[in-house]
Amino acid sequence: MAKRSVVPFGPQHPVLPEPIHLDLVLEDETVIDVVPSIGFVHRGLESLVKTKDYNEFEYVAERVCGICSFGHGNGYAEAVEKIMGIEVPRRAKYLRTIWLEMNRIHSHLLWCGLMADAFGFENLFYQCWRIREKILDMAELTTGGRVIYSTNMVGGVRRDITPEMGRAILSTLDFIEKELVPIRRTFLSDYSVQERTRGVGVLTKEQAHDLGCCGPFARASGINCDMRLLGYDAYGELEVEPITATEGDNYARCKVRLDELFQSISLLRQALEKIPEGDISVPVKGNPDGDAFVRLEQPRGEAVYYVEGVGDKFINRFRVRTPTFANLAGLCETIKGAKYADVPLLIVTIDPCISCTER
Amino acid sequence: MPKSRIMAFTWATVKNLFSKPVTSKYPAEPIAYPEGSRGHIEIDIDDCISCGICEKSCPPRAITVKKPPEGTWGIERMDCIACGYCVSVCPKKCLHMVEGYQTPGGEKIVDTFQRPHMGEEYIKAQEEKKKAALAAAAAKKAAAGNAGTAPAAGAAPAAKPAAAATTQKEQT
Ligand code: SF4
Ligand code: SF4
Repeated sequence: MAKRSVVPFGPQHPVLPEPIHLDLVLEDETVIDVVPSIGFVHRGLESLVKTKDYNEFEYVAERVCGICSFGHGNGYAEAVEKIMGIEVPRRAKYLRTIWLEMNRIHSHLLWCGLMADAFGFENLFYQCWRIREKILDMAELTTGGRVIYSTNMVGGVRRDITPEMGRAILSTLDFIEKELVPIRRTFLSDYSVQERTRGVGVLTKEQAHDLGCCGPFARASGINCDMRLLGYDAYGELEVEPITATEGDNYARCKVRLDELFQSISLLRQALEKIPEGDISVPVKGNPDGDAFVRLEQPRGEAVYYVEGVGDKFINRFRVRTPTFANLAGLCETIKGAKYADVPLLIVTIDPCISCTER
Repeated sequence: MPKSRIMAFTWATVKNLFSKPVTSKYPAEPIAYPEGSRGHIEIDIDDCISCGICEKSCPPRAITVKKPPEGTWGIERMDCIACGYCVSVCPKKCLHMVEGYQTPGGEKIVDTFQRPHMGEEYIKAQEEKKKAALAAAAAKKAAAGNAGTAPAAGAAPAAKPAAAATTQKEQT
């Protein structure tokens, strides 16, 4: 038997700024076991919720994550609306969908950049982030913020998208779509890139199912699960077809995410075309009394929100099950048997967001 | 390497040589913010009534409102998360979200604004108002006494000065 050694990985590692720590048990160059640990940036959200009133907490919920921010705020707002029986105007639902998809585009482009950086293709990394800047500009134009939108509230949204803004978004989408074509080609058919992605970190469909993976990570293993099919917000009125792949390796994960970028662009176009006129919010009276679960599709996968109110203006319980938490078990499985040099790349492929996992 | 790849590389290199950089030379070149950019909070301090609603609604508790006679409104710039909730709850609409981000740094920055006519002036005004209210109450009493036999008719005009005094108080 070869000599075994344990190599610590993280919580500070150049490949990603997320504080995850792994103890890698190595046999020569091969990882044979991995022990993950998290808990470096715990912020105590579940206790904080008792000190903020339910309207105010929307802004705190949104700041659970710096990338999929709008989704977290949306999950919270929808849960409170479900408890209080509020029907949000249709226009607000479409606006929420638009911002959710803009969030997904910027998150996936960020991931593409990080992935390129992880396998050492710096130029590709810059190209991805150059395009991403355009969608951030659109977010700033429509909401006032680049990554944290703060436009959601219980009962609707706070800002409207004017027709001029809609046109600006559409022309930006044309630009992004055009620029994405060569990037997709590079990711999927470049020889050097495929050396790092093809057949690395395979997770079979059975494994992904048994370990409860979600999001693009599970879809790359052939599991057809996409919460957008539940039809929350305006997704029920748009055409959503989950994008899946069968290989279950890094290559498939790249492919799924790149294709989802095109899917988001198409969803945004559909939403901007179908958006109805009308109010963007309804007045909210009373306090939430009861509890509700809400599931929605974040860029990284399915997120679950649980809110419990006890009839006063403070929320009693708020819990988030983030997609990264669900995917950590799958991550450990993919790392086992991989080469040591591939570990950073494998961590990036689940698109980890440890900060939102720990809240 | 296939010929098409070489062409692509050459084309990209030539294009890069003759195109402008994507990044701008900030801060030498100023940045244009879109309308409605959430930069920082500004206050029209003259309109503030020190109700303290913004203080209670601010998620990170960045705002400190001191009621009269101090009459100040302060904001901890580093704590503010630029959510804009205070802007939407202020009853006098005196808070505004304007462009221009807070410069990062290691020190806490507290900006405090002083409402006009506070301090001694405010106390003096309050005393005068108290006197006016007392006088109004006395007048009311006298009017009620005079009316004597017809209290229902006398009560209506007597209520007026008292109501005037309260509106005056609210305005300041
Ligand atoms: S913008 Fe938000 S964080 Fe800043 S002072 Fe207003 S309520 Fe507080
Ligand atoms: S809510 Fe408006 S009026 Fe009231 S204290 Fe704050 S700034 Fe002043």
